[in-house]
Amino acid sequence: MAATLLARPLGRRTARRSGSSWQRGHGRIALVFLAPALIGFAAFYLVPTVRGLWFSFTDYNLLSDPKVVGLGNYGEVLSDRVFWNALKVTGVYVVFNVATQTVLALGLAVLMERLTRSVMIRAMVLLPWLVPNVTIALLWMWLLDVNVGFVNHVMEQIGLSKQGFLFSPDQSILTIASINTWRHVGYTALLLFAGMQLIPKHLYEAGRIDGAGEGRMFRQITLPLLRPVLALVLVVSLIGSFQIFDTVAVTTEGGPVNASRVIYYYIYEKAFTQFEFGYASAMSVFLIVFLVALTLLQMRLLRASTSDLA
Amino acid sequence: MKTPRRTLFATMLTLSTLAVTACGGGGSGTPAADEKVTLTYALWDDKQQPAYQKCADAFHAANPGIDITITQSGWDQYWTDLTTKLAAGDAPDVFTDHLSRYPELAKNNQLLDIQQDVANDKLDLSIYQKGLADLWVRDGKRYGLPKDWDTIAVVYNTKQVAKAGIDPKEFATWTWNPTDGGDFEKTVAKLTIDGQGRNGLDPAFDKTDVKTYGLALETGGGAYGQGQWSHFAASDGFVFTDKNPFGSRYNYDDPKLAETIDWYAGLIKKGYMPPYDQAGKLGVTPMMEAGKAAMVTTGSWTISSWGEDFAFAPLPIGPQGRKTMINGLADSIYAGTKHKDEAWKWVRFLGSAECQDLIADSAAVFPAITSSADKALAAHKAAGRDVSAFVDEAADPQGTFLYPITDNAAKVEQLVLAAYESVMLGKADARTALPAVNTEVNNLFQ
Repeated sequence: MAATLLARPLGRRTARRSGSSWQRGHGRIALVFLAPALIGFAAFYLVPTVRGLWFSFTDYNLLSDPKVVGLGNYGEVLSDRVFWNALKVTGVYVVFNVATQTVLALGLAVLMERLTRSVMIRAMVLLPWLVPNVTIALLWMWLLDVNVGFVNHVMEQIGLSKQGFLFSPDQSILTIASINTWRHVGYTALLLFAGMQLIPKHLYEAGRIDGAGEGRMFRQITLPLLRPVLALVLVVSLIGSFQIFDTVAVTTEGGPVNASRVIYYYIYEKAFTQFEFGYASAMSVFLIVFLVALTLLQMRLLRASTSDLA
Repeated sequence: MKTPRRTLFATMLTLSTLAVTACGGGGSGTPAADEKVTLTYALWDDKQQPAYQKCADAFHAANPGIDITITQSGWDQYWTDLTTKLAAGDAPDVFTDHLSRYPELAKNNQLLDIQQDVANDKLDLSIYQKGLADLWVRDGKRYGLPKDWDTIAVVYNTKQVAKAGIDPKEFATWTWNPTDGGDFEKTVAKLTIDGQGRNGLDPAFDKTDVKTYGLALETGGGAYGQGQWSHFAASDGFVFTDKNPFGSRYNYDDPKLAETIDWYAGLIKKGYMPPYDQAGKLGVTPMMEAGKAAMVTTGSWTISSWGEDFAFAPLPIGPQGRKTMINGLADSIYAGTKHKDEAWKWVRFLGSAECQDLIADSAAVFPAITSSADKALAAHKAAGRDVSAFVDEAADPQGTFLYPITDNAAKVEQLVLAAYESVMLGKADARTALPAVNTEVNNLFQ
């Protein structure tokens, strides 16, 4: 999968080179093939985005007609401390989630690559990722419950004190991040594992002849040659991680106080429980700007990282 | 080259619009006069669905031309679901409505005014529990017929109470005050047991190792504390709003509320109530069932979820007497329904003794019609449950106060919940946190 993603820019370049004769000859047919994707894009991305942009300049509660308020919503967003807190909470989540997930996945990928060839184990690593998010969230909410949860029961048995986990203001967002690390680590490991297949085996053979141990080979062969794939994985997980919503919605609903009120959940609350659609849209526009900037930065970093194999 | 692309774009837009319209048009079309009509009816309590299905069957038997389809979703999803359907013009014809939510819906013209229908059919509104029917009137327009009511009482574990040597008869006259908690707190302390078997009154009581809490804690309940603290605050003299219904100023800065909440949070510090972050989201029932808490204040809608080890007692008597919040639900008609006459027929039936007697038999809630509520009481008795605590409280004219009905309810809830949680978590005290949030709350009404 990683390989296909990386190859995509190449394909685009070829298409552009063929010029106008290509368009005349195959244009219509190409359009037919593109139509399903384009219709989906227009219906589910383009139209809602434009409508959202329009709502962001209005006071709209879903039930009566929108009233134009100009930049009013944006001014309010800037002075809304819950909004800034939500960005901070989301930031903590993203950093913790991406860091633990990537490090653990790298470890798992090396184990899969260097220690075992078992398809069974590779499949098992993916299992949590195959379970729907909501199910995972419910599962962990029960496991971590203070009164009837298994985790606290075990902790008490071995002499540790009970922990609030999801409902403790200090642990809430880190617990949610850990749950999602657990869910995604196998998938991320598989991506990195796929990347490792691109590294020629003879390098390891050479390394072994020169007397390098597994640790040294990891640091000096695997890690540098994996860099492009690693960068891609980071981009993908960072954006995915930013979209944290379901685990929060199922377990903490943003609480206690605002400890796990991540930005997407706050937008959802404003829009669908308090029906301030205009305000929620303005926050979404802020988020678009922020995410576009983040993505551009990452793309730049990604382009800079050409493979050391070449 | 430009033209085809623009055409393509237009085609795409048209196609996607068509697709969206196709999705939205899934409902029933406009029927001819003698055609069968299907009404949708939405409610949120799964425990009540079977009883309302019986009502629907009885209604269908009397009106063969009208089918009722009942949809149910949990309280949390119910309002999101309903509002998005209202926005899409595809809402259920009739739905269960809550006092805290209907002002917003009425203001946005989503509810059908049934005042004229009530007058035309000469409905007798005095059959309902006193005061319930008029809660649904705003500016001369009526938005619902009462279906049920609920009050708050104490539920306790009979075995643990007996083990602590407490006679449940004492509960009939127990007192409470915000300074030392009165008899109520003494009972809570006696029921709290630590790992060494000492109770909360023992000087050696270890609050870091509590085996059974005297009082369970239900998370949430920030703005109105319906099942948690509203009765304590009210029995100390706290009143939520300047007037009810349709107040425009909240009194969260009242020192009486602050002392009540500080007392309530103090139970956590004393080890009598579980820490807020350990109360969990699973509700108080699993905790009580597991014997990890002995007592809790709860709403009458939970009656049927308590097993045989549990019994009910009235709320303690505070400085201003015994006070319980009383809340009523009603059935409202969606303003955009295609079948106004049929929907009214169904609402009238839901508000009639015939249907409410069926509800009473299921003993899930107390029907709004007093004669039906008596039947529910009898049904509970037959099932071996004494629920008179809830009913006696409702019967006392000085003993009830209404759920606060105001605009902006959802926003008030979010603001006050955050302040309340910070107090319960021990991060702030009510004396400073509540006046601060009260300013924010009242700014919503400017």
